[in-house]
Amino acid sequence: MNHSAIVETREAFGETTYFADPAQIVDLCRYLRHTEKFNRLSAITAVDWFPAEPRFEVVYHLHSIDNNQRIRVKCRIATRADGANPEIDSITSVWRGADWYEREVFDMFGIGFRNHPNLTRILMPVDWEGYPLRKDYPVHGYKYSYSKE
Amino acid sequence: MSKLFEEHTATFPAVGETPASPSAPRRMTLNMGPQHPSTHGVLRIMLELEGETIRLAEPDIGFLHTGIEKECEQKTWQQVVTLTDRVDYLANLSNNLVYALTVEKLLQLEIPPRAQWMRVMMAELSRLNSHLVWLGTHALDIGAMSVFFYCFREREDVLRIFEMFSGQRMMTSYIRIGGLALEPPRGWEKVVGKFIRAFPSKVDEYEELLDTNPIWTRRTKGVGFMSLDDMLDLGVTGPMIRAAGLKWDIRKSEPYSSYDKFDFEIASRTENDVYARYRVRLEEMRQSARIITQALEGMPEGRWEADAPGIVLPDREKMKTQMEALIYHFKIVTEGFRVPAGEVYQCIEAPRGEIGYYIVSDGTSKPYRVHMRTPSFGNVQALPVLLKDTLIADSIAALGSVDFVLGDTDR
Repeated sequence: MNHSAIVETREAFGETTYFADPAQIVDLCRYLRHTEKFNRLSAITAVDWFPAEPRFEVVYHLHSIDNNQRIRVKCRIATRADGANPEIDSITSVWRGADWYEREVFDMFGIGFRNHPNLTRILMPVDWEGYPLRKDYPVHGYKYSYSKE
Repeated sequence: MSKLFEEHTATFPAVGETPASPSAPRRMTLNMGPQHPSTHGVLRIMLELEGETIRLAEPDIGFLHTGIEKECEQKTWQQVVTLTDRVDYLANLSNNLVYALTVEKLLQLEIPPRAQWMRVMMAELSRLNSHLVWLGTHALDIGAMSVFFYCFREREDVLRIFEMFSGQRMMTSYIRIGGLALEPPRGWEKVVGKFIRAFPSKVDEYEELLDTNPIWTRRTKGVGFMSLDDMLDLGVTGPMIRAAGLKWDIRKSEPYSSYDKFDFEIASRTENDVYARYRVRLEEMRQSARIITQALEGMPEGRWEADAPGIVLPDREKMKTQMEALIYHFKIVTEGFRVPAGEVYQCIEAPRGEIGYYIVSDGTSKPYRVHMRTPSFGNVQALPVLLKDTLIADSIAALGSVDFVLGDTDR
């Protein structure tokens, strides 16, 4: 694997993880799909490392049926100083299947995907406030309180 | 409603309004679901119709979202097993299995052969359960009512076996981290053996019931085509892919839980329509029966749990005589065990396709992050392509052939 976007490679539990530069993610994915034959995007998800910085990791699981190989690509993205949602480029132009996975990450973590065709909430109601899978989001939500006031 | 849908419908005349010219498109927006019976759960699909033809379909999911992934972060490693049952309520044991495998990969735990074979057997019974429900309800959607009763007759037998093993019919939680929840019950060989000897002839029965039914063949053959490239691009997995001619099965390509010791074939077809998907699933049922028979005949002797005190609950008897056993029991039940920090992704071939769990541990007694890559999520994502330019009546057959479970999609 030889691409300028890859900054670090880790092997653990028989799995390979590549840490990539978020600015070049679309380019890297295109390379992985067409040159390295990773024809399937298995899933996209994210991990919140609150309160550490960079706070979020966007995780891409790729699979090559031809080579029977799986890899994981990770991008670390930090929160923005102005408090707005962090952003990364959408890879829907590489795999159309990224569409719903990116919407789910947006819905659950509040990570924006630039150039996504329809970045709206997918699992939560459209008028929901907050991003449930963030670590600073309480398990029972903000809306309801079970304590006596 | 998405931007795409709004842009598409903006120029259409409203209901009851005459279009500007006779040649202008007369389209209608139809809301299918969330309570439509053939959506098998609570799925809403917005359809844009031109006459009877679907020009645009947009699924709307999330009605069954229960926040399982968030809840996993609050429970100890062993408690999460009970949540995995509830992800896909027709393939509970597959979800138990993939979770157990993922955590065992993090713990680097060796599982004794008996437990591995038992897991294979249970996972295959779970596949039978899922395919039987699918076949029954799918045939019911298309109008062949009697098949439903035949399928549920056999499903009842499978559920009785689950109850015998775990005490539960559906939410079994039978496969635990480190092995199985309970020792296999006395006389299980007899019950499973009796069921599995009779089962292949039952599959022949369904096949005959459906294949000799001209309505069934005409409603399924040549319906619901979708190209293999589209499927791979959109994340479709499982029998859908195999009915499109790609022989890809995780049980063969990345064997887990000693599947490599079993002799079975990958069911596949090339027609890539509703009928092919039905044939693939029928063949999978036959292959599952083969695997279960092999598991029954060659079941290794030994323990059903790993030798890992501190992770596996100690025997009840030992707790009465040994202090260590009592301490371990107390520790596991109150605090839970710690799992070394790290991250793993493990996938298995579930009845609907690839289930993959991505688990991140930070070294504490609770998972830091559990992501479930569920097959139905990827499969439902392909619906707009699958339903485009088909008739409404055919969409029922096409939807059924995808075999999604909405609990699995929404988690």
